[in-house]
Amino acid sequence: MSRHTLSVLVEDKPGVLARVASLFSRRGFNIESLAVGPTEVPEVSRMTIVVNVDRLPLEQVTKQLNKLINVLKIVELEEESSVQREIMLVKVKATLDTRSHILETVQLFRAKVVDVSNEAVTIEATGAHDKLEALLRVLEPFGVSELVKSGLVAVGRGSRSISERSLRSVERPA
Amino acid sequence: MGEQITGAESLVRSLEAAEADVVFGIPGGAILPAYDPLMDSTKVRHILVRHEQAAGHAAEGYAGATGRVGVCMATSGPGATNLVTPIADAHMDSIPLVAITGQVPSAAIGTDAFQEADIRGITMPITKHNYLITNPDEIPQAINEAFHLAASGRPGPVLVDISKDALQAETEFSWPTEIDLPGYHPTTRPHSKQIREAARAILSARQPVLYVGGGVIRGGATAALYQLAELTGIPVVTTLMARGAFPDSHPQNLGMPGMHGTVAAVGALQQSDLLITLGARFDDRVTGKLSTFAPKASVIHADIDPAEIGKNRTADIPIVGDVAEIIPELITAIEAELAEGSQPDYSDWWNQLNRLRETYPLGYDLPEDGSLSPQYVIERLGALSGPDSIYAAGVGQHQMWAAQFVGYERPGTWLNSGGLGTMGFAVPAAMGAKVGRPDTTVWAVDGDGCFQMTNQELATCSINDIPIKVALINNSSLGMVRQWQTLFYNERYSNTDLHSHSFPDFVKLAEAYGCYGLQATNADDVDSTIEKALSMNDAPVVVDFRVHKDAMVWPMVAAGTSNDDIMVARAMAPEWGSDD
Repeated sequence: MSRHTLSVLVEDKPGVLARVASLFSRRGFNIESLAVGPTEVPEVSRMTIVVNVDRLPLEQVTKQLNKLINVLKIVELEEESSVQREIMLVKVKATLDTRSHILETVQLFRAKVVDVSNEAVTIEATGAHDKLEALLRVLEPFGVSELVKSGLVAVGRGSRSISERSLRSVERPA
Repeated sequence: MGEQITGAESLVRSLEAAEADVVFGIPGGAILPAYDPLMDSTKVRHILVRHEQAAGHAAEGYAGATGRVGVCMATSGPGATNLVTPIADAHMDSIPLVAITGQVPSAAIGTDAFQEADIRGITMPITKHNYLITNPDEIPQAINEAFHLAASGRPGPVLVDISKDALQAETEFSWPTEIDLPGYHPTTRPHSKQIREAARAILSARQPVLYVGGGVIRGGATAALYQLAELTGIPVVTTLMARGAFPDSHPQNLGMPGMHGTVAAVGALQQSDLLITLGARFDDRVTGKLSTFAPKASVIHADIDPAEIGKNRTADIPIVGDVAEIIPELITAIEAELAEGSQPDYSDWWNQLNRLRETYPLGYDLPEDGSLSPQYVIERLGALSGPDSIYAAGVGQHQMWAAQFVGYERPGTWLNSGGLGTMGFAVPAAMGAKVGRPDTTVWAVDGDGCFQMTNQELATCSINDIPIKVALINNSSLGMVRQWQTLFYNERYSNTDLHSHSFPDFVKLAEAYGCYGLQATNADDVDSTIEKALSMNDAPVVVDFRVHKDAMVWPMVAAGTSNDDIMVARAMAPEWGSDD
């Protein structure tokens, strides 16, 4: 199994998120993360879906997704040719002794502190999957009391936009 | 400002504009506004059924017999949920179906209101697409799109759920001239490179088989298939959904493959070096254990649905497109190859297959106690009613025997529930078929188990002058389940005895519904009873054929086993002979 990032352009119609999510669940795939929001075109939304799946079942679920009438386009974004970002908010226990260590870590990872109280600091960090994982590993010893992540969003590198990219077709396997 | 009408009137006008001539349904609270203007429509005939499930199956039967979109209508909540089975059925068998349901008023949606069910949510995984309409202005566009989606590409069911307030509110009617579905562009035109490659593969194969599925019937490509088969001389197998796509009388037709297929058809696929797959989907009932299915074969897979290609079996030459375009292009490409001197020789292959066909023809043993053989009844029914009749089956032993022994020559004459396996399909589907083709003899070939799930529609048939004929293959049990208990559960018959040689009295039941009721209990009476039923055309007929309950469907590939382990009778495997 390997991680794949799918960018899915959908018509902004009621029920479209349910259609996409239920299709994954019906075909037995676990969605690792899903982020959805508006795009440069008013009636089009974009979903970024991260799944852990083998190549062949991925192709099948992509084809099934393509059959949804409200799905306009699906592009798989490879890690090396795209910018992938996730935002994370993490609440870490902080005492007088540990606070400066925590702040140092925050600086090292170019994250920032967005809230401070007597017993805790809340940190905001943005980055690719691996960077956030690394930051979390360093913060865990201090005591993580709350963690929330946005789900990955991604965009292809270079001047071409997603609407100019071709789809993977069955007749021309990738 | 244009003419102000209600959403309900707009719906009826939309149905008229979509050229729906028949709607099967039942009114109820939420859909009630639509039934008022429907009463005045001179173009749309509404047939009041007795259960919504039957409305759905009747619409399916109508679609199967005519090739047009079938339409059913129900109210919110239980009315809508009763449509779930036929919608799932149409989804599995790619039947063009539009289901219209009333929904509680939009302000009440989400409040667990009386007769509220989230039918759009419920039917998401079993429809090609569905709509929830709360704005009356959107009704014509939704109906237009629904009919387009149901009929085009890979056909399927589309549900339009309309809230009661949208049906009651004022709107203007305007039928859209264009369909704007930016995410829906089914590929119909095949890739020419794939066609050329397929043509070459076909002519260089030594043991090719045309593996024909229901898509060839749905796609209206049976005439082209006939031409392709005649041009190449390649053996043809027709799946359960494709019975009638190619004449059974044609010497190249080896019959049905699969769990209860002929030895020749199953053997042809197993020993083939090239499967020319046309509108078929490698269903588990065809392939048996997938890893041992047609082990030596390369695969050409032509289908309008790209998701079918490579789903179960990897395709060496995938062709996405409409079979009605693919097959003629294949013919042209093959003709070009032949003109350049390509000379395929399938004579060894045919020798091998003919040996199988002659050694293991379809057949059956007559019961030793002299009771009536179900296979004999169905065989005589096919012989006496002929290939111009339509046969709609339920699900089980009688369905398999009807697939094996009727003999089909034309598309659209065999209607059954192949994918979902819905018991109770036959009577309402036959009703829908008879409505669509009133001049054709329509038989429901039904089991006593199936029949008791939907026989209330005999009332609908009597009242609305829909004289279907029912051949009840009454073995007093859930026959197919009983067969599995015989073979796999040590003959422990848990809950499969229906006692239907005692209750109900099917002749009286038929008469109570205003039908003719006939009965045959021995072989000598079969022909005369069928002839009599064929002569009765002023009311529906039910014939209670009381058959032997130990008869089994053979051949059989047990579920989960390899096609190579097909049994021609209990504990009897065929000799395959030399492979080459």
